[in-house]
Amino acid sequence: MTACDACLRRTALVAQLAPHVERGGRDRRKLGEMLALPDERLIKALAGARRAAVVDAHEGFDPGRARARLAAASMHAVCRHDERYPPRLLEARDAPAVLHVAGDVERLAVLADRDVPAVAVVGARRAGGDGIEVARSLGRGLAAAGVSVISGMALGIDAAAHAGALEVGGPTITVLAGGADIAYPASKRGLHRELVRTQAAISEMPPGFRPYRWCFPARNRTIAGLASLTIVVEAAERSGSLITADLAQELGRAVGAVPGPVTASRCTGSNALLRDGALVIRDAQDALDEVLGIGVATALTGRRPAALAPSLRALLRHVEDGRDTVSSLAATPDEAQLALEGLAELELLGFLRRGPGGHYVRLP
Amino acid sequence: MLAHVTTFALDGLSSRRITVEVDLRRGLPAFTIVGRGDAAVRESRERVQTALINAGFDFPQRRITVNLAPAHLRKVGPGFDLATACGVLVASQQLPPSGLEQWAVFGELGLGGELRHCRGVLTVAEGARSAGIAGLIVPRECAREAALVDGLAVAGVADLPAVAAILRGDRPPELPPAVRPEETASEPDLADVRGHSDAVRALTIAAAGAHNILLSGPPGTGKTMLARRVISVLPPLTREEAIAVTRIHSIAGRHVGDGLVEQRPFRAPHHTISPPGLVGGGTLPTPGEATLAHHGILFLDELSEFSRAALESLRQPLEDGVVAIVRSQRTVTFPTRFQLVASTNPCPCGHAGERRCRCSEADIARHRRKLSGPLLDRIDLLVHMPRPCPSALENGATTSSRDVLAEVLEARERQARRLAGTGLRTNSELTPQLVRELVRADAAAHRLLRDAYAQGRLSARGHGRILRVARTVADLAASERVCAAHVKVALGLRKDAVLDGAVAA
Repeated sequence: MTACDACLRRTALVAQLAPHVERGGRDRRKLGEMLALPDERLIKALAGARRAAVVDAHEGFDPGRARARLAAASMHAVCRHDERYPPRLLEARDAPAVLHVAGDVERLAVLADRDVPAVAVVGARRAGGDGIEVARSLGRGLAAAGVSVISGMALGIDAAAHAGALEVGGPTITVLAGGADIAYPASKRGLHRELVRTQAAISEMPPGFRPYRWCFPARNRTIAGLASLTIVVEAAERSGSLITADLAQELGRAVGAVPGPVTASRCTGSNALLRDGALVIRDAQDALDEVLGIGVATALTGRRPAALAPSLRALLRHVEDGRDTVSSLAATPDEAQLALEGLAELELLGFLRRGPGGHYVRLP
Repeated sequence: MLAHVTTFALDGLSSRRITVEVDLRRGLPAFTIVGRGDAAVRESRERVQTALINAGFDFPQRRITVNLAPAHLRKVGPGFDLATACGVLVASQQLPPSGLEQWAVFGELGLGGELRHCRGVLTVAEGARSAGIAGLIVPRECAREAALVDGLAVAGVADLPAVAAILRGDRPPELPPAVRPEETASEPDLADVRGHSDAVRALTIAAAGAHNILLSGPPGTGKTMLARRVISVLPPLTREEAIAVTRIHSIAGRHVGDGLVEQRPFRAPHHTISPPGLVGGGTLPTPGEATLAHHGILFLDELSEFSRAALESLRQPLEDGVVAIVRSQRTVTFPTRFQLVASTNPCPCGHAGERRCRCSEADIARHRRKLSGPLLDRIDLLVHMPRPCPSALENGATTSSRDVLAEVLEARERQARRLAGTGLRTNSELTPQLVRELVRADAAAHRLLRDAYAQGRLSARGHGRILRVARTVADLAASERVCAAHVKVALGLRKDAVLDGAVAA
């Protein structure tokens, strides 16, 4: 089964009008209203001088060709009239007509049951070492409990959340702004390949489509719509992740945020969410308690430090307290050698990771 | 009348015997020099003529023809002045020809007849000895350098009359007394370093095993300061090495003082340097920084700023220890056995891992890509140098170069014993095959390595590198076997998988 003709035609229209969408202004609400317009009014609003040509193309749309292209890219199309289309997403007035799926369409289909939770993990591209690790562990913990992890494959937090979920074999779904068959950003093509191979990449735009700027906030509405809980890990004051959080709130979904240092500018947005009443998410357990009910599932946890030798435990505590470089842990070269030994051991045991600039990061 | 004088021309790092023929005959007074000389050789006519007159000799008003044989070789520099002047004196019978049968001469003349310092005297002296010549007359300042060659009589002279006296046999040749260079107030010492305990340890390991090392840290944390102190913990030059270094520096005109260079060279070329500047070049090839750093340290500050071409050109020197410069007619090889110390910012802003770093993951990835390449492949150690905490700055010295040097010397001795018969001297030279044969590690160490590899913290290439470094750590600990602790230290100083050319897990 594939998407119906009308929905495919709608998709083709949006793709054709894509270069003109920004003319309608950058305002996110206007964007939402615009994407909710029926076909004729959308053409009227955006096509301008090219209206006749657009109408011609719209009327002469050949669904067979669109289906052939999908088949050529080995992708599926799930339209809003399809029973596999996630009902949570349909609650949004401007929900995409078609979701194009690269990879395993079952990953999307499980969300057809409204009671199956899904959690979006989003955040800054320029994230700190701890943020990345928290996102990764959220992805890992949620996926291990069978909760789908939704994110946007952006650099930083998004990619880390997917990577965490992949570590335990999913489930995770990436929502892309451009065609689902194209890795964006290109540097994440390895991650994209893996996601398409074992999980699912979805997009409302047809295969091969190169995203415009407005496609990113539009993509965020899909993320927010799919998820029953949206967690912002790190977000600066005017971050795209805050848009996702806003959209989730408008849909009446739960929004959570991971607390960050109050002095870090990369966390001002996420901390502001907390102040405004977002759920405090410290780890995957907090998120699982929210979406499944308290105590229903136990998150996968890292190893407990209790089993460590006293010297290693002390070293670990120092790193947790912010003495995270060898030179801050050791005064003399001989001590440095011992510290290097200990840190390497803790790294191999999975407690630490050597992050950028030689700062060791505690793995959650 | 015809006179023959023996002198030497520099050619790469060796010298070629040149016979200067001077012919005097009747005719209109003229002074011609033939034999493919450069501008300095052509201008030498004026220097020779004036110097002879000012030194109290006659300049013959004859038709003078000077030939520098063999004719096909290009001759460069002012070193032929003295030979030409001596030839003129003999041809005009102001000097007996007998003296020039046993003496070769080499030197530049001043207008007053005094002899000037010349580049490459050591090489000339080596050429003279291998040509079987009994003695060499050189400018006084270079005499001790020439005297480094055994089995050659060296006369260090100040001016033309003194040369004449020696050639007549009136005066015995003499060497000027050695001038001890004034002890510089204080050599850079590791005792000056505050904080950076791990970097000091890493440098000790690098010095002990002659490993190439990369220092990564924000600007102003003391990367350059530390790099300059590597010299102070390296074993002293052997006589053979010292002669090689002196030869190179003399030819490059960078040899100050007289006699042997005793300190290992430290070269820190600026990042705008061109590939020929780095490895040598020119129509008549001259050594580059890589050769000047032979038996010493080549320090590349801000590695990512160097041009791709310049870094690429270091590939052969790093791998083979020599660089071959090919010109249409011949190939010159320069030795380049240096230890590489490089520094870099961890990210474009330099504060990676700290809160104030504003670089995105993509920025950092791009920065690293700029670094990766053939050069990084040859780097065994990476040490991060974050800004030291204030308390470390107030603390006293944690070690001194003398203590570290003692450790290094001991570790080098252990390596030399193990590597006897392989032609290698340090762990850094171990090939993957030799690592398998010579590096004995206990079971726990192997298990650690397997774990690190399985977790994606090591690339296949990194695996051998860790063992090499661990071997040096074990040598410093006077241990015959590589134990788990040594591997852990090596792991702590490993390059990131990204830098190691592997896909990070």
